Amino acid sequence: MSRDRSFLHWLWPAFLLLGLLGIWEVAVRLDDTPRWMLPPPSAIAQSFRADWRLLLEHTRVTLLEVILGFGLALVAGVLTGVAIDSSIVLRRAIYPLIIASQTIPMVALAPLMLIWFGYGLMPKILITALIGFFPIAVNTVDGLRSGDREILALLRSMGSSGGQRFRIVRVPAALPLIFSGARIAITFCVIGAVFAELVGASAGLGYLMERSAAQFQTARVFACIVILAIMGIGLFSLIAIIERLALPWRRFHTESSE
Amino acid sequence: MTLPPSSTQVPQLELRDVSARYVERGETLLALSDISFQIADGEFVALIGPSGSGKSTLLDIVSGLFPESKGTVSFAGQPLSFEERLGGSAYMRQRDLLLPWRSALDNAALALEIHGVPRRDARTRAAARFPSFGLAGFEDAWPSQLSGGMRQRVAFLRTMLADRPILLLDEPFGALDALNRVALQAWLIEIWESERRSVLLVTHDIDEAIFLADRVIVLSSRPGRIVHVEPISFPHPRHRSLLATEEFFWRRSRLAEALGLLDEPEEQEDSHSTRADTRSAPMGRAPGVPYDSGEMAS
Repeated sequence: MSRDRSFLHWLWPAFLLLGLLGIWEVAVRLDDTPRWMLPPPSAIAQSFRADWRLLLEHTRVTLLEVILGFGLALVAGVLTGVAIDSSIVLRRAIYPLIIASQTIPMVALAPLMLIWFGYGLMPKILITALIGFFPIAVNTVDGLRSGDREILALLRSMGSSGGQRFRIVRVPAALPLIFSGARIAITFCVIGAVFAELVGASAGLGYLMERSAAQFQTARVFACIVILAIMGIGLFSLIAIIERLALPWRRFHTESSE
Repeated sequence: MTLPPSSTQVPQLELRDVSARYVERGETLLALSDISFQIADGEFVALIGPSGSGKSTLLDIVSGLFPESKGTVSFAGQPLSFEERLGGSAYMRQRDLLLPWRSALDNAALALEIHGVPRRDARTRAAARFPSFGLAGFEDAWPSQLSGGMRQRVAFLRTMLADRPILLLDEPFGALDALNRVALQAWLIEIWESERRSVLLVTHDIDEAIFLADRVIVLSSRPGRIVHVEPISFPHPRHRSLLATEEFFWRRSRLAEALGLLDEPEEQEDSHSTRADTRSAPMGRAPGVPYDSGEMAS
């Protein structure tokens, strides 16, 4: 039943996408637009066939950066969130700074990272982590504060310790918010990794895009964009699946709002 | 003011001259003033009063969630500070307060777990009680899959499993519809008759108070003071039919009088029309209803 419906959910956007691709193909051919300026979808598909080895090699690099950067952001974000939550001093000192730090465009730090860490993997992972850190840390803080006050009072009346209330109420209450922070973060992380590669790299989809653009291999640039989109959707979906498995009670709670 | 306990034993709960203040928008308000009463072992006491009379504050004080500003609270003859009282009673509120991420069984076992019972033992002990609470087959259900009445029964099972001698019930059926409320009242009295605990029940429902309690304490509006104590001598086991007895009528009219409901006829009608059982118990303010103002405090 719900499987049928989700299939229908996908059917219409799929049709629309195919339609748009068709218009693109026909318009480019009729107008005789030069391929280096705007290749038709068929040329992009051709690029996938011809360059798959190259694309795969660079995808692997970018994916590694995204996963390591996101992992770092997740660990650092949750730990910072817990630290902010557990200490009034830290909350007063760190929290405003974290909020204020969002006015710094993280990608603008990429050139600095290049100076400090060179062309390798490290600066990309750090930029990716910096971008993913904020939504996870802030959602962890909000989530840990979202525990129902009356439930917490009930547990206090049972003679529970602060640690028990943290484990039994506040962490489970925070998990849905941490997951939604993680879903936002992972899409940011893909953007962060590509940007860091564009600034200066010797591998990765960002690097391949820049090199291909310089050679007017526009179809290959599009192929890279398609891969990045799929990577973003795939990682987002992966986190959503983990969330569903980790929080089975939410399925009966907010089925329609998801 | 204080009724002596029926037995010679030490009262399970004793409040002596308890007052409570709290600060709201910079203003200090007196919520409760000089409350004294005792609850004997296995006695069921109902606390009734207008909203703002500090009924819930009184339960918070007994449970240890809120500090008294004056007076002493003793458990089994032992005067305890509010922090020492935490964990000494089992508290149930109007909202079921089930954890949405725990199954019905794990919710029921929560208090045991907090008291240090290993999780497996806690679950086994909770599961054993599911059938008698009408919850058989719902052990693994999430709270969001249960009806309001079932959720409240899980919450009550959690309260009973805490295995404390004092139960504090704050309008436990207040959030339920009238029919469910009546059914759960009958069910509650049955469970209490089979395993007696000392109960302090807060309610705004006069019929509920008379039907369930051995004694009804009436509080005034803020600051809450005890203005009347009504002993209820109906024998146990109690059945719904006692709501149609004459004694029930005059007990109820004495309580209505103590609550000041008889001062304005409209108000009285209002307060009764909210109940499910107006049909079976048409309450008359008949002349000649015995009323003893001797127990009134000022």
